[in-house]
Amino acid sequence: MAQTVFAPWDEPAEKPLIRFRNVTKRFGSFVAIDDLTLDIFEREFFALLGPSGCGKTTMMRMLAGFEDPTAGAIELAGEDIAAVPPNKRAVNMMFQSYALFPHLSVYENIAFGLRRDKRPKADLDDRVAEMLKLTRLEKFARRKPHQISGGQRQRVALARSLAKAPKLLLLDEPLGALDAKLRQATQFELMDIQEKTGTTFVIVTHDQEEAMTVASRVAVMDEGRIMQVATPERIYEAPDSVYVADFIGEVNIVSGRARAIGDERYAVEWQEGQTPLIAASERPFADGQPCHLALRPEKVAIHAEQPSDIDNAVQGKILDIAYLGNLSTYHVEVPGGQVIKAQTANTRRISRRSYTWEDTVWLSWTPTAGVLLPE
Amino acid sequence: MQRLVLIAVPYAWLLALFLVPFAIVFKISLSDIALAIPPYTPTLDDGLATFFAALDFENFTFLASDDLYWKAYLSSLQIASVSTVLTLFVAYPIAYGMARAPQEWRPTLMMLVILPFWTSFLIRVYAWMGILSQEGFLNQFLLWTGIVGQPLTILNTNIAVYIGIVYTYLPFMILPIYAALDRLDGSLIEAAEDLGCSRFQAFWLVTIPLSRNGIIAGSFLVFIPALGEFVIPSLLGGSQTLMIGKVLWEEFFNNRDWPVASAVAVILLLILIVPIVLFQRNQQKQAEQDA
Repeated sequence: MAQTVFAPWDEPAEKPLIRFRNVTKRFGSFVAIDDLTLDIFEREFFALLGPSGCGKTTMMRMLAGFEDPTAGAIELAGEDIAAVPPNKRAVNMMFQSYALFPHLSVYENIAFGLRRDKRPKADLDDRVAEMLKLTRLEKFARRKPHQISGGQRQRVALARSLAKAPKLLLLDEPLGALDAKLRQATQFELMDIQEKTGTTFVIVTHDQEEAMTVASRVAVMDEGRIMQVATPERIYEAPDSVYVADFIGEVNIVSGRARAIGDERYAVEWQEGQTPLIAASERPFADGQPCHLALRPEKVAIHAEQPSDIDNAVQGKILDIAYLGNLSTYHVEVPGGQVIKAQTANTRRISRRSYTWEDTVWLSWTPTAGVLLPE
Repeated sequence: MQRLVLIAVPYAWLLALFLVPFAIVFKISLSDIALAIPPYTPTLDDGLATFFAALDFENFTFLASDDLYWKAYLSSLQIASVSTVLTLFVAYPIAYGMARAPQEWRPTLMMLVILPFWTSFLIRVYAWMGILSQEGFLNQFLLWTGIVGQPLTILNTNIAVYIGIVYTYLPFMILPIYAALDRLDGSLIEAAEDLGCSRFQAFWLVTIPLSRNGIIAGSFLVFIPALGEFVIPSLLGGSQTLMIGKVLWEEFFNNRDWPVASAVAVILLLILIVPIVLFQRNQQKQAEQDA
C-alpha cells in the first residue's frame, strides 16, 4: 500500500496558507527581521528554531497581529493581513507564560474566546466540553489556574487557543516551563492534537530536539534571517551551511581545501603531511576552494588498530570520554591539535570498556558520512 | 522566650495606645456631664461602688432620640461614599497611566503623587479656600474666559467638601491601584485581544477584575478616614454640611459635653469596624493569592 507523504512544499500547485513576502521589521535601528520570504502550508507543523534574539518571536507576534511589519507583506490564505487587528484574525496564540486569566476558572478560560463570538449557550458548552476532553481536563473545569499543576496549565492554554478552531495556531515556546519527562510526553500529545484537529501549527522554540520531534518542517533562523527551511531529516543530515550544521546537534567541523578527484568526489587537504580526507558532495567545489567538512560524531567509528578498506582513517589520542548512559562520546585529538568527537552506542554494559584516556586510537568514516560545505 | 518578647512589643503598644484610650473614652461616654474638672462624674475618687453605680447608657439613648446625630451619621456615610466613588474615578486613569508609562518615568510619577504630603494637610486645605472662594482663582478664571457671568458659589457647600476629600485622599487610592496594575502581566491583555476582545472589552474583562484588590483597598483607605473627617467639612463645608466629625468637635469644644462627645465617638468607631474588618479580609485574601 502506497502511503502518500505529507509534503505540500514540494507541490508547485499547492497554495500556501501563510506567505511572508520580503518582510522586514525594525525596532528603531535594530533589524529584527531582515527581508524574509517564507511559505507555510495548511496542516503543517512548522517550527521556527533559533537562538534568543534571532527574530523568531517577532515573526510570531507579526502573525498574531501584535507587531506590524516595517516593510513587506504577510498573507493569510491569500489575503494581506497587515490591516487586520489581532482580535479579528483567525489566528490564535498560545503564550509562553500561558497567560491564563487568573480570575477565571479553567472552564471560563476556555470559553473566553467563544463568548466573544456570542455563540448560543448549548453550542458553547459543547465546544468547551470537547476541548476539555481533548486535553483531558474534564476533572479540573471548575478549578482556578493557580490550583492546577504546570502541565495542566499548559493544556488549558492549548485548549483555550484551540477552542475557536483557528486557521492557524501559534505556539510560543509552549513547553519551556515543563520538566524534561513531561516535555517529551507533551510533545507527542501536541502532535496528536495537531493531527486530530488538522490545524496549522507554527511553533517557536530554541530547543532543537523539540523542533525535530514535532515539526514537519523546521526553519533555522539567525539574526533575522532564515538560514535553512527543510524537514528535520534534511536539516540534520544535509545542512546547507556551517551555521545550521553547528546549531543542530553535535558536529565536527574540519576545515581545508577541496580538490576534485572524481565524479562528485573531493579530496580535502586538511592538515599538512596527512592523507587528504575523501568526501562525496553533490555541491560542486573548485580546486583549492576553502571548504568545511561537517561530520556528525555518531558517524565516526573508533578502532584500536588501523582499519583497512576505508577511505578516511585518522590516528589520534583520547583526551576525554563523556559517558551519557546510552552513548559514549570520545574526544580524540588528531594531528594538528584538532579534537574530533566520535560517538558509540553502549549496546553492552560498561564492565569492559575497550578504550581509556590517553589511548592511541584510529577514527574512520565513509566518504558519504560527512557534508562538504562552502565557506 | 524570644518569641514571647517579640509578640509582647506590638501587643503592649496596642494596649497602651489604643485599648486604654478607648476604655477611657468608653467610660466617659457612660458618665454624666458636670461643672467640674474634668467636666464629668463619676471619677475614681468617688470610690468604686459609687463609681460603677453612676455609670449608665443615658448618653446613647439621647443620641438615638435626637435626630441631629443619626442624620449626621447618615450624611457622613453619604459624603464618604460619594467621595470614595469620585476619588476612584479620578485615581484609576492616573494609576493606569502610571502603570503603562515607560519604566524610567515611573519613579518620577510616583514621586509626584506623594509630593503633596510634603506640605501640611491643613495648609493645603486652606489653599483650596483661596481657589474656591467667590473671588478665588477658579471664579476669576471662569469669569475671565466668559464661561460664567456670575461667580459660582462653591466654597462652603458640599461640593467644596467633595473636592477637598477627593484631593486629599487621592494618593491613598492611586497607590494600591497602581500596585495592582503594575503587577498585571501584559500578555494577559494580548491574550484577551487574541481571543477576540476589543481594547475596551479587554480592559473591562481583564484589567478591571485583576485590579479589583487594588480598587477595594484604595476605596477603604479613602472611605474610612473620610467618614470621620473634621478639618475638610469645617473649613470648606457650609452650615448645611453635616458630618459627624464636625458634630463631635462641637460637642466637645463648644458644648464642653465630654460624655455625649465620647458616645458619638464610640458609635463612630462601631460603624467603622465593619469596613475595617472587610478591608483586613481583602488584604488577607490578596496575601494568600500572592503566596
